Amino acid sequence: MNGIKIVVLAKQVPDTRNVGPDAMKADGTVNRSVLPAIFNPEDLNALEQALRIKESYEGVTVTLLTMGPVRAAEIIREGLYRGADDGILLTDRAFAGSDTLATSYALALAVRRLAPDLVIGGRQAIDGDTAQVGPQVAEKLGWPQVTYAEEMHFEGERLIIRRRLERGVENVSAPLPLVVTVNGTAPACRYRNAKLVMKYKYARTDTELQAESSDYIAAGRPAIKITEWGVDAIGADPEKLGLSGSPTKVKEIENVILQSKESKRLTASDGDIESLVRELLENHTIG
Amino acid sequence: MNNLFVFCELDEGRPAEVSLELLTRGRSLADTLGCRLEALVLGSGLDGIENELFPYGVDVVHLGDDPVLEHYRTMPYTSVITGLFKQEQPQIALMGATTTGRDLGPRVSSALHSGLTADCTSLEIGDHYVKKTDTTYKNLLYQIRPAFGGNIIATIINPDHRPQMATVREGVMKREIINKNYRGELRRIDVSAFIKPEDLAVEIIERHMEARKVDIKSAQIIVSGGYGVGSKENFAMLYELASLLGGEVAASRAAVDAGYAGHERQVGQTGVTVRPKLYIACGISGQIQHTAGMNQSGKIIAINNDPMAPINSIADYVINGDVAEVIPRLIKYYKANAR
Ligand SMILES: Cc1cc2nc3c(=O)[nH]c(=O)nc-3n(C[C@H](O)[C@H](O)[C@H](O)COP(=O)(O)OP(=O)(O)OC[C@H]3O[C@@H](n4cnc5c(N)ncnc54)[C@H](O)[C@@H]3O)c2cc1C
Ligand SMILES: Cc1cc2nc3c(=O)[nH]c(=O)nc-3n(C[C@H](O)[C@H](O)[C@H](O)COP(=O)(O)OP(=O)(O)OC[C@H]3O[C@@H](n4cnc5c(N)ncnc54)[C@H](O)[C@@H]3O)c2cc1C
Repeated sequence: MNGIKIVVLAKQVPDTRNVGPDAMKADGTVNRSVLPAIFNPEDLNALEQALRIKESYEGVTVTLLTMGPVRAAEIIREGLYRGADDGILLTDRAFAGSDTLATSYALALAVRRLAPDLVIGGRQAIDGDTAQVGPQVAEKLGWPQVTYAEEMHFEGERLIIRRRLERGVENVSAPLPLVVTVNGTAPACRYRNAKLVMKYKYARTDTELQAESSDYIAAGRPAIKITEWGVDAIGADPEKLGLSGSPTKVKEIENVILQSKESKRLTASDGDIESLVRELLENHTIG
Repeated sequence: MNNLFVFCELDEGRPAEVSLELLTRGRSLADTLGCRLEALVLGSGLDGIENELFPYGVDVVHLGDDPVLEHYRTMPYTSVITGLFKQEQPQIALMGATTTGRDLGPRVSSALHSGLTADCTSLEIGDHYVKKTDTTYKNLLYQIRPAFGGNIIATIINPDHRPQMATVREGVMKREIINKNYRGELRRIDVSAFIKPEDLAVEIIERHMEARKVDIKSAQIIVSGGYGVGSKENFAMLYELASLLGGEVAASRAAVDAGYAGHERQVGQTGVTVRPKLYIACGISGQIQHTAGMNQSGKIIAINNDPMAPINSIADYVINGDVAEVIPRLIKYYKANAR
């Protein structure tokens, strides 16, 4: 499909996959400062799908959309290095504390302003772990959705998508506009392109520029701007954002500390193993 | 009105395991709340399906039986469910955290503007006090779920919005028939009243579903191997022990990734959650993503040559030794002592 506009939803997440003992504070909350912030893994799979469409047709544009703190501009640059055309950082205090419903409300408004033909997101983010945002954005837009995609291509004006389900695969055909969420089993994202890194290394949002030193500004870097949008830019009702806009509330958070029980320590000796087997037989654990 | 609803998914025309587990939990929650348990089933050619649900203590089965619903599709299912929920105003709605439930749940919650909690591992009823406004919310659903890659457990509530929606994975709740003669009421849904033509925009071209083969979830005894087992060949010992004990073989993700066992045997956050009577962890270090799927086991035996392996802290018996020595001895002494 020539000339289509694609928005990729991407989230910056703490890398929860290799959490060390210092990742949790004593009060049970997450110590985000010790975890590296990364491009949510399945959102990279999503970006790759968008870039493949861009390469296959004329005039396709790929815009990254991320909602988060100013620091999340890092993943917009990361996307630009890999071939995205531009990015929007949705950032505002009013967004803080949003659950998936409030998050999808804000994202859907931003998507509406961008008016793309296709929205591609990851299946799930590795911090909130809900996989809810994609379908909720689709519903807010009133568009159909196709989840768990691992391969897609156009046939005429319709997208043919292979979905990975828990017990098999399903191929569907869907019209645009559409929201697709991409599974981790889809092809990995391409690497950064050195030329694009040179081009976008100094791309900054306005807020980031203000924080840069005067040396940086005096060096007269090429002024590539990353667009920042707040509540007003998307015409959001603040009541529907943040804590007030979130039906779900976190009542309590508990750090997972494995509870130590009394365990019996044995060696691999014949004596130890035989007495274990006898004990298990006697108490009917095995029989 | 304001009852507890369970969306019952179908698996080859029969109620899915996870849905029956949710009905079982739903029945006891409904008893605590003093409300009715209602089931919602959508599909095609479902005559008599209600009889498979009533024994779980279902008071009402809402049945949407229409060719258009034969295979799950997001939009028509969402339209029927949101339409029905607007009429019935459930206080709680539960679904399986399957590929279907996790596609459908967020869509329905977004349409109804109600909160949804994903992948709950426990559901309880409790009160909630808000100091600022000095109000107490009575009988809320506590939705308890892991997040942050399994590193924290959060209790989530939805004080002001209904239904309170949650998804739960297969194998997390127990399934139990309440009374095989329990009879509820069958109500047919007028599907065509809810579905709009644009709901049919996405078409299914083809589906390839594999039959469920290995079933580690219902095994009472599980012999599970990790990367420390060392090779696919060494897994043969595990199969021998499992078959002697009448159990199944499972694996950690590292073992699956190394090709020692198939993915259908993986236990843990991205695999299956199991709660057997006995779980024998062989050469498994015990990372949280693994233990999240097995720490509810009745008894745990850890076989590991590292005395400091994290798995040891949740084990009832810790055998400090080499898998290749310990398993043959377990086999030998079981044969010698069992009658
Ligand atoms: C402990 C804990 C538990 C929580 N449990 C729940 C819960 O059960 N229900 C609930 O409604 N909320 C819950 N939340 C809040 C939820 O994590 C946040 O709303 C989060 O911003 C979005 O959800 P997610 O991380 O699960 O994203 P997912 O829904 O898993 O993300 C799916 C995809 O949506 C896109 N996406 C998601 N967020 C963004 C973003 N900010 N910018 C751009 N694209 C994005 C990405 O493509 C991503 O791959 C919880 C939060 C915490 C801390
Ligand atoms: C998002 C995410 C999801 C995940 N989901 C899952 C999941 O569902 N299930 C899962 O299992 N993992 C999962 N993991 C991976 C998990 O973090 C661990 O990497 C994995 O469980 C480790 O497997 P292991 O214990 O077999 O291997 P290792 O950690 O390598 O441990 C091997 C153990 O074997 C012992 N050992 C070595 N040789 C011997 C011997 N000869 N005799 C006795 N002991 C020996 C070692 O001391 C060590 O303790 C997930 C990870 C992520 C990031």
